[in-house]
Amino acid sequence: MRKVAIYGKGGIGKSTTTQNTVAGLAEMGRKVMVVGCDPKADSTRLLLGGLAQKSVLDTLREEGEDVELDDIRKAAYGGTWAVESGGPEPGVGCAGRGIITSINMLESLGAYEESEGLDYAFYDVLGDVVCGGFAMPIRDGKAEEIYIVCSGEMMAMYAANNICKGIMKFAQSGSVRLGGLICNSRNVDNEKEMIEELAKKLGTQMIYFVPRDNDVQRAEINRKTVIEWNPEVPQADEYRGLAKAIDENKMFVVPTPLEIEELEQLLLDYGLMEA
Amino acid sequence: MGKAQKLVQWSPTDIKAKMLEKYPPKVARKRSKQILINEAMENTTPEITANVRTIPGIITMRGCTYAGCKGVIMGPTSDIVNLVHGPIGCSFYAWLTRRNQSSYTGENNENFITYCMSTDMQDSDIIFGGEKKLAAAIQEAYDLFHPKGIAVFATCPVGLIGDDIHAVAKKMKEKFGDCNVFAFSCEGYKGVSQSAGHHIANNQVFTHLVGKSTTEKTDKYKINLLGEYNIGGDGFEIDRILKKCGITNIATFSGNSTYDQFASANQADLSCVMCHRSINYVADMLETKYGIPWIKVNFIGAEATAKSLRKIATYFGDQDLIDKVEAVIAEEMPAVDAAVKDVLPRTTGKTAMIFVGGSRAHHYQELFKEMGMKTISAGYEFAHRDDYEGRQIIPDLKVDADSRNIEEIEVEPDPVLFKPRKTEAEIEALEKAGFAFKDYEGIIPDMEKDTLIVDDLNQYEAEKLVELMKPDLFCAGIKEKFSIQKLGIPMKQLHSYDSGGPYAGFVGAINFYNEIDRLVNSRVWSYMKAPWQENPELSATYVWE
Repeated sequence: MRKVAIYGKGGIGKSTTTQNTVAGLAEMGRKVMVVGCDPKADSTRLLLGGLAQKSVLDTLREEGEDVELDDIRKAAYGGTWAVESGGPEPGVGCAGRGIITSINMLESLGAYEESEGLDYAFYDVLGDVVCGGFAMPIRDGKAEEIYIVCSGEMMAMYAANNICKGIMKFAQSGSVRLGGLICNSRNVDNEKEMIEELAKKLGTQMIYFVPRDNDVQRAEINRKTVIEWNPEVPQADEYRGLAKAIDENKMFVVPTPLEIEELEQLLLDYGLMEA
Repeated sequence: MGKAQKLVQWSPTDIKAKMLEKYPPKVARKRSKQILINEAMENTTPEITANVRTIPGIITMRGCTYAGCKGVIMGPTSDIVNLVHGPIGCSFYAWLTRRNQSSYTGENNENFITYCMSTDMQDSDIIFGGEKKLAAAIQEAYDLFHPKGIAVFATCPVGLIGDDIHAVAKKMKEKFGDCNVFAFSCEGYKGVSQSAGHHIANNQVFTHLVGKSTTEKTDKYKINLLGEYNIGGDGFEIDRILKKCGITNIATFSGNSTYDQFASANQADLSCVMCHRSINYVADMLETKYGIPWIKVNFIGAEATAKSLRKIATYFGDQDLIDKVEAVIAEEMPAVDAAVKDVLPRTTGKTAMIFVGGSRAHHYQELFKEMGMKTISAGYEFAHRDDYEGRQIIPDLKVDADSRNIEEIEVEPDPVLFKPRKTEAEIEALEKAGFAFKDYEGIIPDMEKDTLIVDDLNQYEAEKLVELMKPDLFCAGIKEKFSIQKLGIPMKQLHSYDSGGPYAGFVGAINFYNEIDRLVNSRVWSYMKAPWQENPELSATYVWE
């Protein structure tokens, strides 16, 4: 089983990209479990057709210790499993601790056992790495490959670089590796070249360039992944392409994060030079 | 077999070097500033580093901020419910460990000291926040006991997840109407030692309790006793003496205290400070807001007790009181003198080390002096520089990030209740006659030349000191007790008094003389080694050989 975590700046499209890619993998016949690690619990909405499912932590709170795997895991599109870690409402408690607790709970209930026949476990993780809890999926070998969703926008690249610092730290003591950058295009000038260059400097690859297409929003409003909503549209093929690239990926590295000056120079060279 | 031969003459410089020998250079440099060879200079004292972080890896004698707030200051109060917001261990291990006694002095003889109340936070409370659980726990405590006050204490995780305990306390206070609910942000990690917790407790007690009573106290000589925690009944003995002298103790902070005592503290005419470190903040605030002057007293030691009583009488300046105090001293001293006379032949020349508190290491030297014993090394766990060097250095104290972390509250004279107890002329006249207000000279001037003063002593250094200087007695707390006894040295706990006490006042002094006599003259310490360790040649043969 390959254990994959998707990180990236808040609002960059991690959940959308993850679910659409997972739909592509499911279409290829892969058995996937998606674990949403965001207190908002909206990481599996498209796979579940808009169904809001009860999060691990809500279940734990209401049922006490007596929780079954089926209480927290729902069958979703194309034979995938969908799990939401959940967490506290904004401003109270500790969401990080929540993620630690729910991943431990999944493990103790046997969600990762060989008998489950999983090819992939995907962790969709909130925003930047803010505390130990959010780094949980990349600690202790829980996720072994990381993909960072980014775009040619400055803050998204900053965030990607920051996440690489986190990965580097954990890579030194564990098995986690960076699998590549996924560019979720925002139609920024020279975006593809810039992210390719950033990837190169980080010692990794841009594994796929996902073009911007309004069909993604159309599918979302229908509470579906693009592949499920309309398998014929060109964007569906893009996600199939990303799924295939991840499925065939062999390049796993310990990233080499950039100094801030270096990162800014990159932006100057590719982004602002002509302006 | 006697004890190991003592070093005939040890040089303090050598001892200090030996203590630092095993440390890495950086640690040695830092510790070196906290180990002071006393120079016993007349008017100035050398500088010592205190109230700084313990170096990680060192097994310190210190406690945490929560321990200082909940355990030390608020723990001894009998009719306020102490509710700990946190995992159960924080409450359980702080439960009835300090031996502060209570005479059930509340209106309905409530005594909540014996209870252990906690919100018992679980994983899900950490994740989703514990405010609702805290509100429910406060409600439960209220329904069960209908106390006058409920105090809420924050433990480390509460600070990390950001539960707003003050908002919850305020909401519940408004809801009840007849119960004062207030909270302490005394998370264990907040300061370098328990001292931060004392300060936090002082602030909240002053803000939420002092001055809230409407009952008027009409006694003639009204004092507050600050920094007395009634360990082993010390407070009972002091109260007995004060009562005998006709002095009314309005409020003890906080041994055997009650809600109403705290609430009436503003009605006293003098604050008498015992433990300078833990309570001087309240003393200062009482003076600023209500005009009550404060003096340093010490009821540990018979001579010190007499001196403190005389100081109080001089302050009030009433001949009746002065005569009464003299009569009481005259009445109490013969028994003390007889006890001293009895123990002196056995205790004279014995040596002691004291490492406790922020005042105790100083106060107990009085008792040892009375017994002809010498304190060869002493130090505090959590004191600040002024407790070593005297209050005159306060303006020079550096405010570092750790002390800035603790709130300083601004106090102004109360528009209604502020009333200077003495006119400026009266104060001047008293001072001219040698009377000292707001004065504490610290431990250093009272210790002999070439004694060692060590701040924040740790286990390694304690054992090293004992090994090198071989004192006849070592005084510290429970954490040190058994490691010291294993070295063959009697050990007296001066936090909890083991199971003894009181040691304050006149009766306490007699108890102490006898206890120390028993400890330092016990032969049990000469039997530390088993016969085969003493006589390894002992041999035997099998019967069939």
